[in-house]
Formats: sequence, C-alpha cells, structure tokens
Amino acid sequence: MDGYSVLLVDDEEEFVSALSERLMLRGIEVEIALDGEEALARMKEKPPDVVILDVMMPGLSGLEVLKMIRGSHPQTQVILLTGQGSTKEGIEGMRLGAFDYLIKPVDIEEMLERMKEAVKAIGNG
Amino acid sequence: MSSFINKLRELIPKSIKDFPDYGEGPRRYSLLRKNLILIICAIALLPLVLMASINYLEYQSALKEEMVKPLRRLITSTKHTLELFLTERESTLRLLIRERSFEELREQKRLVHIFQSLKHEFPEFVDLGLIDSSGLQRSYSGPYGLLGKDYSGQTWFHEVQVRGVHISDVFLGYREFPHFVIAVKKDTVAGDFYVLRATIDTEKFNNLISGISLRPGSDMFIINRQGVLQTPSRYHGNVLEKSPLPVPPVSQEAVISEVVDEQGEKLFGYAYLRGSSSILIVTKKPGEVLGGWFALRGELLLLFIVSTVIIIFVAIKTSRLLVDRIQEADQKRESVYIEMEHTSKLASLGRLAAGVAHEVNNPLAIINEKAGLLKDLVQFSKEYQDRQKMLSLVDSVLGSVSRCRDITHRLLGFAKRMDVKVETIYLNQLIEEVLGFLEKEAFHRNIKVELKLAPELAPIAHDRGQLQQVFLNIINNAFEAVEDGGNIAITTREQEKHAETIEVEIADDGGGISVEDLKHIFDPFYTSGKVQGTGLGLSIAYGIVAKCGGDIKVHSAVGEGSTFTVKLPKNCATA
Repeated sequence: MDGYSVLLVDDEEEFVSALSERLMLRGIEVEIALDGEEALARMKEKPPDVVILDVMMPGLSGLEVLKMIRGSHPQTQVILLTGQGSTKEGIEGMRLGAFDYLIKPVDIEEMLERMKEAVKAIGNG
Repeated sequence: MSSFINKLRELIPKSIKDFPDYGEGPRRYSLLRKNLILIICAIALLPLVLMASINYLEYQSALKEEMVKPLRRLITSTKHTLELFLTERESTLRLLIRERSFEELREQKRLVHIFQSLKHEFPEFVDLGLIDSSGLQRSYSGPYGLLGKDYSGQTWFHEVQVRGVHISDVFLGYREFPHFVIAVKKDTVAGDFYVLRATIDTEKFNNLISGISLRPGSDMFIINRQGVLQTPSRYHGNVLEKSPLPVPPVSQEAVISEVVDEQGEKLFGYAYLRGSSSILIVTKKPGEVLGGWFALRGELLLLFIVSTVIIIFVAIKTSRLLVDRIQEADQKRESVYIEMEHTSKLASLGRLAAGVAHEVNNPLAIINEKAGLLKDLVQFSKEYQDRQKMLSLVDSVLGSVSRCRDITHRLLGFAKRMDVKVETIYLNQLIEEVLGFLEKEAFHRNIKVELKLAPELAPIAHDRGQLQQVFLNIINNAFEAVEDGGNIAITTREQEKHAETIEVEIADDGGGISVEDLKHIFDPFYTSGKVQGTGLGLSIAYGIVAKCGGDIKVHSAVGEGSTFTVKLPKNCATA
C-alpha cells in the first residue's frame, strides 16, 4: 500500500526537512508545516492520509491541532511525536483520537511501520 | 521598681541568663542541665530559707518573752513582799519611838516589857535598845548585854542621824548567826534626838525567799551593794560569802538579762529593794526553759534539711529529664532536617535532570534525522566511493545518539520515577528476573552469583518497574565492584514470621568502599571514579526504597567487600 501522503508538523525546521527527505526517498508524498496554523491551512488545501504531529509547539499545541483535525478530517490518521518523559501527552493524545504516538528521537523503520498501520486503518475504517 | 528588677537581674550570673548556644556542642546540654538545676533550686529554696528563718526568729522571741515574763513577775512580787516585810518592821519601830518618850524608853524594865510584847508580835526581833544623841546605849533588852555600849563612832549612827532611818547589811553577831539592824531616830522638842535600834534575825527573811518554790536549776537570793550574799543561795554560795555574779547597776524595776558564767548560759534577773542597800537576784537555767525551744529548733532544722534534700533531688531529676527530652528533640529535628535537605537536593536535581533531558532531546532528534538522511543517501546511491566507510561512520553517529537517548531516558527516570503501578510481587522471582539481565556479563567475567532465597517469602505490594530498578542498580553496582571471577551472594529473608518488612542482602567480595565514599554513596551523580557510571544508580534505588518507608544500609570496608541490606515494607502505600 505505497504512495500514501503524509503531512509533517514540527517547529524544528532542521528536523522536518531531514525527516521529510528521508520519507520521500522511500516514495512517500510529504508535505511540511512548521506550526499548527500552517498545518491546518495545508489540511484545507489537500488533506493527507497521515499527519505526523509534534506535541510541543509554539502557538497552537499539538493536542489542540489534533482535536481540530479529528473534527474536520475524521478520515485522516494522526501519529503524535512526543519528547522523552512526555508519554503522558502521548497517552492523552490517543484518548483524543490519535492513532499512536512515537518518542523522539524516532527510529525511521518504526515510524514507517506505524504509518503503514495507520493507512491500513483508514482502509478498514 | 524596674530599676530594682534590673539590679536583681545583675545579681544573676551571665552564664545562667544566657541560654547555651548551639555552638557549645554537647557541652550545651550539661550547661543547660546545670543552669536548670540552679534555677529550680534557687526558686524553691529561697522561700524555704526565708520561711525557716522567719519562723526561727519569731519562735525564738516568742519563747523568750514567755520565759522572761514569769521571771519578771516573780522578781516584782518577791521584791514587794520583802519591801513590805522591811517597811512593816520599820513602821513598828517608828510607832514605838513616836508613842514613847525618851524617859519611858530609858527605863530598862519598861523597855524589856515593850520588847517582849514586840517579840510576841514579831518573833524575829532579837533585841531592842535605846541610844541617846551621844551614841550611848541607854537601855537594852536582848541576849547580848550591850547596855552602855558607845555607837558614836559607827557609820550607821551617823547615817541614822542624817536620814532618820537605817537598815543595815547582814552580819554575824556574837552568837554567830546572821542578822541585820533597823534603827529609827526621833527628834525632841528641845532639839535633841534619840535612836531606837533593833536587831532582826534573817531566818524569817530567808524563809520568805525559800518559801517561794523554785524549779531545780533556779536560784533566788539577796546581795548587798558590795556583792556579799545576804541570804543563803542554792548555787551562788552561803550567806555573807561573796557572790560570783557582778553587782548590777541600780534599778527599782525588774531587769532580766542573759549572762554566761562557768555554769553556762543562764537568765539573770534583779531588782533593788526600796529603802535598803539590798538587791534581789533571781537566776534561771535556760535549758529548763528553752528545752521546748531546742526541741522545736531541732524539728525545724530536720524539716529544713529534708525539704532541701527533696528539692535538690527533684530539681536534678526534673532538669535531667527535661534536658534529655530537649536533646532528643534536637537530635530528631536535626535528622529530619538532614533528611529534608537530602530530599530537596534530590528534588532540585530531578528538576535539573528533567530540564537537561528535554533540552538535549530536540537537537538529538535533529542529529538522528540528519545522520539518518545521510545514511539513506549513501544507501540509495549505489555507486558511492567510500560507501562502507561512510555507512560505518553514520552508524557510529546513530549509535552515539542512541546512547545519548539512553542517558536522557535515565535522567528522566531519575526525575520522574516513571509511572507507578502497584502489584503483588514475589521478591525471589523478581531478583531472578533481574539477574537475567546480567547473565551474560556474569558468564563472560566468570562471576559466581550465589542465591540464598528464603523458600516461603511473603509477597509484597509494590511497583514492579521500580523494584527492578532498585535491584538492578544495586546488583549492577556489585558487578562493577568485583574482579573477574569474584563472588556475589544474594539473600532474602523475613526477620520474623509476620514481620512488617522483608530484607534483601547483596554481598560482594570486591574492593570495598572507603569511608569517604560511604558518606556520599546515595548522593546523585557521586561516583568513586574507579568505574564509569552516571552516579545515579544507587541514588535512584535509595529514593525508591526510602519513599515507601524502607531503608538501604551499607556495610563495607576497603579490602573486605560490601554488603547492601535493603529493607522493604511489605505494604508500600506511597509507591
């Protein structure tokens, strides 16, 4: 089930640029947003299959963005990125409808695995 | 008033007023105890001493008054009796001389008759004689045959001429018995005079005195102004002997004083007899009077000594108890303070660790992705020149990132102790699980781990992850301490059948821990420097165990290995 689209949301540009390139190398369509509002704008333009969403961001927090996405695009799956020691936010996110959460720094293989599962979940849902 | 209080305050030594400082160390408590004893004794004894002194003086003066009063009464009444006796005899003679003319009295026969009727009334009269103005005895009735005796040269004759009356001192007459003389004078119309002279036996006089019943030890007698006894006495010599007592100054009123002579202390009272040169003396042994006083004084003294001993005893006991309590409280407070200090140190270090972990985490994520991208690029382009070398370099970077992640993970674990879930845990099983992690290292280094697990150890309620961390950290510590081929023994036991706690002992035969290191062994980030480590392991273990009311004790000496004893309560309420 290749060829799905991903929206990467994180305020660390260095992190997002490197990660997006790696995902693209693996044939995934990637869009980037550096904060919550940009993310919501991109969602309006072209909703992706999966959103990788950092929890800790300036402005709109990850969890707030998550709530909005779940409200406007129930078909899109959200995977949260949390820092170490912030698993509480991850669990809280899952309660709010996130598909899963990953702890930074993330292993690329694990992330691909989760995304595949998320995309599969769309098909089933 | 306030200046008086200030003055009082100045009287108190500075060492008592100042509460001993902490700087005094253990001496502070002995000082405090001493001061307390002094203060309590002073407060309790001062009123006692005052009361005892006041009582003493009051009783003494009251008793003295009680003793002096009857003596004074006795002297006054006896003095009056004696004076009455003398006045009576003197008046009788005056009456005789006034009623009878010189001629009547000069008649020997008449005088004898008068004398006989006189003697009938007053048998103590010994003789009676008439003396004319030239001092010649003109008639006489009595046993001595003094008719014609010339008294003109004698002092009493001159005195009677001047004063009209004379009462002599006692003297021994021809018959060797003591008597005294009363003489009265009558002036005639012609300007001449004559004198009636009578001798009186002192026997009657003596009877008057001895008739007064005196207690043993007391004495009553009369002396003249030269201190010669006029009546016999019990303790001060016979009649006409010199009295050992000094002649007191003139006083018509009774005077009482205390004198001390060879017989000891005694009360001495006297009064001068009116119209005579005699002094009435009364002495009284105070022992007889003061017996009651001495008994009372003894009781007072005994009471005082007993009270003082009790007060001092109570003061010492109370002070000791009080100071011991204070010392105990101080020690408790100090240990709580140290514990608090340790806890707050741990808490602030926890916050610091969490901050560091969070801050490091983001750049770590970037490094991870950049290095990952680098690896991807190399892997995806097949014809790259130093492909293998590049891949191994990137793997090394990724490996280091992973190590950093472990460190931040542990830092956060230290800060938060992770999420807690209390479940029933069998310690024996848990220890075997933990040893599973170290199996490989034990095998490679040939370390022998001996398990002495109590077969029926009660389960405990605790968080599994935390307990694993505790034992992993301590056992890991033991692994680091021993040489290759060393020995580690792990023992589990319950102190008693239904004890509140379970003990786990981890003993190694490694190099031991120095005294200096032992002091800081549970401080975070403290390492002995010999082995590499974060210095957090034992601190985390201690924090977990202490939080749930347990304890970790270390017994170690350099060269003798170390023994860690973990005491865990069976029910960890706060886990």
